[in-house]
Order: sequence, then structure tokens, then C-alpha cells
Amino acid sequence: MTPLDWLTQLLEMLAALAAAPLFVGWINQCRAWLQNRSAPSILQPYRAIRKLFYKDAVLATHASSFFRVAPYVVFGAMVGAAAVIPSVSTRLPFSNAADAIALVGLFATARVFISLAAMDVGTAFGSLGARREMLVGFLAEPALLMVIFVASLISASTALPAISEGLATRTLALYPSLAFTGVAFVLVLLAENARIPVDNPATHLELTMIHEAMLLEYSARHLALMEWAAALKLFNYACIGFALFLPWGLATGDSPNPGTLLASIPVLAGKLAIAGAALAVIETVSAKLRVFRAPEFLATAFLLAVLGLLVHLLLGA
Amino acid sequence: MDQLTYWIEQAKPMPGAPGVCQLEVSVETWQQLARDIAADGGRLLALWVDCEPAMTVRVAFLTKSIVLVLALAVAESSAGYPGLADSFPAAARMQRAAADLCGVRADDFDTRPWLRHAAWPTRYFPLAPERQAFEKTEAVSDEYRFVRVTGDGVHEIPVGPVHAGIIEPGHFRFSIVGEKILKLEERLGYVHKGIEQRFTQMQLLVGHRLAARISGDSAVAYSWAYCQALEGMAQVVIPPRAAWLRALALECERIANHLGDLGALGNDAGLSFGLAQFSRLKELWLRAGEAAFAQRYLLDFIVPGGTGMDPSVNGLSGLVTCAGMVGATASEIRTIYDEHAGVRDRFTGAGIVTPELAARLGLTGLAGRASGQSFDLRVDLPCEPYTSLSVTKVWRSNGDVAARVEVRFDELSESLRLVEQIVQQLPDGHHLVDVAAPAAGTMGTGIIEGWRGAVFIALTAAKDGLIGRCHPHDPSWQNWPVLEHAVIGNIVPDFPLINKSFNLSYSGHDL
Repeated sequence: MTPLDWLTQLLEMLAALAAAPLFVGWINQCRAWLQNRSAPSILQPYRAIRKLFYKDAVLATHASSFFRVAPYVVFGAMVGAAAVIPSVSTRLPFSNAADAIALVGLFATARVFISLAAMDVGTAFGSLGARREMLVGFLAEPALLMVIFVASLISASTALPAISEGLATRTLALYPSLAFTGVAFVLVLLAENARIPVDNPATHLELTMIHEAMLLEYSARHLALMEWAAALKLFNYACIGFALFLPWGLATGDSPNPGTLLASIPVLAGKLAIAGAALAVIETVSAKLRVFRAPEFLATAFLLAVLGLLVHLLLGA
Repeated sequence: MDQLTYWIEQAKPMPGAPGVCQLEVSVETWQQLARDIAADGGRLLALWVDCEPAMTVRVAFLTKSIVLVLALAVAESSAGYPGLADSFPAAARMQRAAADLCGVRADDFDTRPWLRHAAWPTRYFPLAPERQAFEKTEAVSDEYRFVRVTGDGVHEIPVGPVHAGIIEPGHFRFSIVGEKILKLEERLGYVHKGIEQRFTQMQLLVGHRLAARISGDSAVAYSWAYCQALEGMAQVVIPPRAAWLRALALECERIANHLGDLGALGNDAGLSFGLAQFSRLKELWLRAGEAAFAQRYLLDFIVPGGTGMDPSVNGLSGLVTCAGMVGATASEIRTIYDEHAGVRDRFTGAGIVTPELAARLGLTGLAGRASGQSFDLRVDLPCEPYTSLSVTKVWRSNGDVAARVEVRFDELSESLRLVEQIVQQLPDGHHLVDVAAPAAGTMGTGIIEGWRGAVFIALTAAKDGLIGRCHPHDPSWQNWPVLEHAVIGNIVPDFPLINKSFNLSYSGHDL
């Protein structure tokens, strides 16, 4: 590991922190345009986060210290996840410490903390949201693992940088197995990030919320961290998608030079712009599913991932 | 039913809305008649208590031929009167509200307060003539007893009165298992403003302004109903042009509300595209209305004796042009709603009220028409100018959210057609005549089919041109209790959608 690798690692984490709210702002902007509304500024999520950091935090009387710690844990987990996902370079020193399965575990940790914190205050909505989050989570995780397994089998590694390096440096070939898992991954991404059709990030109806219901009792810096963590999670998922299915344009190889590193940044921005626009299209043309359709939705994701696995094992493609 | 026909023949006509007759009854006849009317398929329109000159309980029924108002004198306020909740379940809350305001109780089993919310002392009755001023004390929790559901895994979710979004306050107590709703109990009254007491301090000739502000989305319906009652009492016949202009305003209000609701329903199903489109249409419609009536929401358009202004020819033709555009665009969006699998899945089968249940509970207005209760005052008991407008009645019998959406779409296009027809056939002449305050003691009623259902006003004149009593009644009174039944067996996250499909008034109900 060279000093440049460590610099890359630092740069990538900072880029994730900075770009995540921008990505959310971009999606919101695209959504507004598609719905014939005038769009908020792309910087709106930053303003919201800044505003929240200036406010005084209000805590429920019955909140335990767990409730106060949870935002930091959730935020930390998302930053940690950003550290092992190859978004600009595959030479990440931290990624030796955690492979893709550990990454899923990191997401699960965040989920457990956010759900327990929601139940900690004892309001009806917190428990309702936590219950639904767990329902979505326990169905989404196996599907995500299955998606990662397919890519691991192709490149014979469970470390994300190795997977994307393996996929990026092969001769260009179409993998039918990856096509199946790609669709499965998009479904998981929608469900895990509280997007339509599983959840509605823009809703103000407390009875229909999943993710938002768990944040109802948070305010000020705690809420800011939770919102930022949610943006980071979406950014991370997008980058996992790029690493598995669109690995081209990453700085790869054993001795990357600063030139390829710099070149990979606009490539990432381009991918995010397209992914954000595509996400906005999906969210605009779909209605929200009834909560009890969510298991069907995620079962479809799991089934597609398994199909991808079978295609790979049986056909070797 | 001969007995019923006999009593109807005995009733004396009341001034105001067409086909309203009043009958003074004894306690025995009161109950018997209520049972007969219920058996005959009659509907409860309103129930209220007049404290002056003598304590009298009045109830308005919509029978097959007329609106029959029964008046029952209550000798002593402590004695109470026989409740009607057995024959008409919707009467229960009206009786409880009347008890809070006037201190006269029905003998039905539910004696919990309805409007009072500990805002004033228990022995204080805002409408009673001998009421005494009281010290304003801090609001306290009055330990309202909700009906408890017990069983394995049953738990309660209290929602409101403060909500996550900016909506009116109401409290909803859900008893659920998992996501399934076993029981919903509503508690309303949080926006009680003392409107009925305020009326008694106003002049008869300005009361229409307060009436228009009872429930802002039904301003035209309320102010028309008020003026209808007042004009009947003063024996004034308004010029034909004024009546036609009022109908135009009423249809404009219906269109604006339906446009808003259709957008909000799409949004609650997660399709914010629908909200964006319908919000745009509603705004264009309100602007066309502003060009015609010089007001976006027609709060002061209807005045005693006619209308406050006469729209210009340009304004009216602008309204017709806009109606054509709105109709075309709305039918395009309707196709999208109809063909969108996700939206259809959310709308169909959610919040079903069967026609049998709707008839038993007295579901009325738009929601009633979606559950087979095909009653529309504009057709069944028309006042001028609906007698010469030939309105097509819209109804469905599925009773789910989809049916309420369809009724809205159909009524929207019917109202747009009516707007064009009214503008084309608008009679010439004056739009306003003078009205003198009627003599003290006269009583009249006004009934207008607002967008939500029949708005009813009972008005009594006092001396010096003051209002003696004005009881405004919103159709939400009948429909709020039905919402509790509509959500049973549905899942919690579908409640906002079902609630929106009814879109009942808090302000018009809490008064």
C-alpha cells in the first residue's frame, strides 16, 4: 500500500460525504421536472442539513442514551461502508478489512440501531416504522447477498474491489447471470432506500411511513446525521451497483497514477447523474405498493438473483 | 306507511328551501315517526336543539317526497328526550353535541361529551339563554373513554390531533393486530370555534358572511343555504339571473374541490404526478374564477337578495374556455389513473362501504353516491335554477376508494357541462334585490347540495334584525361515523387514502 492509496482512501470517503446529499438533490430535481413542477435547488439537501445542525436538539423525556447514540452509529456505519466500496479506485486499504458480506453486515448494524432507537422512545409510530423496516430488511438482505454471490462466483472473490477489478479488466462479454442480478439489485436498492414503490420519502402521512416514521422523534443534529446517513446509504448502494455492473472507468491496476484517479471522478459523476435520473423515472411512473405487497416485491428480487446464480452455475455465463 | 303519509299531510310548510315542512310532535309520535321514516328509507338530515323561546329538539328528515322537520318540546332540560340512534345511528353524535351546547340530553347510552374537550366548565352551555360567564381556566385533559378492544396481540395507535402534515386536527384511535385495523374510533371537536354562539350576536343581513366561512371549501353552499333560508323568511324572490349565477358559483366550487381531491388521491397512492397535474388544473380554474367573480374562493359572492356582483361577459366566456380545457386534460389524466396498475391496485377494494351498510348508517352526499345511495338534491329536490337544468345524477355501488374517485370524475365532467350550459342560458336582468330583515320569531331552512353533500341551515329571527339561532349542518356529521366502518379490516397504511377519498370537513363539523 502506497501513500497514494491512503490518499485515495481518504479522498473517496470525503467524496462520498460530500456527494451523497448532492445525489439526493439531483434525484429530487429530476423528479420535480418529470412531474412538471419547478425543481428545488440541487443544493437543497445541504441547506436542510446545515439548518438542522444549527438547531437545538429536543429529546423525548423517555429517551435513553441509546436513542442519542444511534445517529452516530448509523452515520458511522454508512461512512464505513463508503470506505470499502470502490467508487473511484479499486486500491482501497480499508477494503482488506471488510469484504462484501461484511458490508451487508454493516448495513444490517445500521438497521438494527435505527430500529431499536425508534422503539426506544415508545411512540406508536416509531414501533410501527421499525416493524415495517424489519419486514423489508429481512427480505432484502438475502436478495442482496445472493446478488453479491453471483458477482463473486464470476470473479472468484468476495472483496468488492477485487470483484469490480476482475469484471472491469476482462474482455467485454455479456453475462446473462449479471443481467438477472442487475434487475434484482435495482429492486433491493429501491426497497432498502425507502423509495417508491416500497416507501415514499416525500410523504407527510405518518401512518404510511416506513423510514420517516422511525425518525419522527429526532431533531436537530441527530436528525441531520440520520438524513445524511440516509443520503450516504443511497450513494453507497448506487456505488455498489456501479462496482458490480458498470465497473468501467475505475482507477484499477497495481500502481495507479494520479491521472487515472482524476479521470475516474468525472466518470463517477456521469454514472451518478444517469442513475439518479433513472431512479427519478422509476419513482415517477410507479405508485406506492400496499405494505403487504413489499414481500412479493422483494421475493421477486430474490428469485431473480437466484436465477442469476443458476444461470451462472449451469451455463457458466 | 299510511300513518306516515297522514303525518306528512299534517306538517306545515316552512319558509326557505322548497319542500320543507314542520310538525310539532309529542314524545310518542317523535319515536314512532322516526322508526316509520327509517323503515320507509328516509334519511336523517340534521338534528339540533333550540333553546329559545322554549327548549325544543328539532330533527330534519329527508323522506321520499319532502323534508320533514319534527319539533319536540322538552319541558325540563334535566328530563331529556328519547334518542334516535336506534333508527338513525348518525343521530348519536348530533345528540351528544347538542347536549354539550344546550344541556339537553338524549336517553341513548352514549353520554360522553362530543365537542366539549374540557374547554369550558361542565355546567356551562354555550347556547343556553341563562348561561353565565366563566373564568377561562387552563385546558385540562378530560379523560375521554375510548372503546377498548382486547385480545392477543391487539394494540392501539393514537393518531393526532397534531399530525405530521399540515392538516386539520382530529384524533384517530386505531386498535390493530399487526397492520390490520380491528377498530377505529374518531374524536373530533378540536376546531370548535363557537360559531353557533357567534351567530346569535350578528345581524340577520350579515350572517351569510359567517356562514360562508364555516367550512371554507363549501363557502358557496353554506352562504347559499343561509340566504335561501333568510329570503324565504323575508318572503323575497330573488331575480332569475341571481339564482343562475348562484348555481354557476356552486358548480365552480364543486369543480375546484373535485380537482383538488383527485390530485390528492393520486398523491396518497404515491403517484405525485397526479397531484402536480391536478394542482395545475385547479390553479388555472381558480384563476378563471377570479377573472369572472373577482374572488378565487367565493366567500362573499352570494348575499341576501342575490349575488354581490355580476360577472362580466369576458369573465364568463373565460370560465367556459377554461372548463373545456380542464375537461379535456382531466379525461386524459383519468385514462392514466384507470390504466396505471399500481394506482388501480391501491384504489380498488380499499375502504369498502357496501350499499346496505351505507343505507343503514345514512351515508350521504358524494360518498353516499359511491355506495349506491343515489341521492342528489339538485335532481331529487331541486331549487331554482336546478329545476330547469336537468342535472345527470352520478352514482356507483362498489363503495370503495375507486368508486369515490369515479364519482368525482363523473361529477367533474357533469359540472363542467353545467357551467357551459348556465353561461349560455344565463337570463338577463338584475342580480340583486333588497331584503328587509324578517319579523322576530320566523324560522326558515336552507338546503343546498354542496360538493360534499347536502348542507343544511336552520335560521330563526330575533328582534332588532338579529339572528335568534342559526344551526349550520355539514354532511360530514353523517359521514364521519361511516369512515370508522369503512376502514375495518383494511391495513393501517391505507387509512390516509381511504380518509382522503371521503375528505370530510373538520371545521364544518366542529363548528
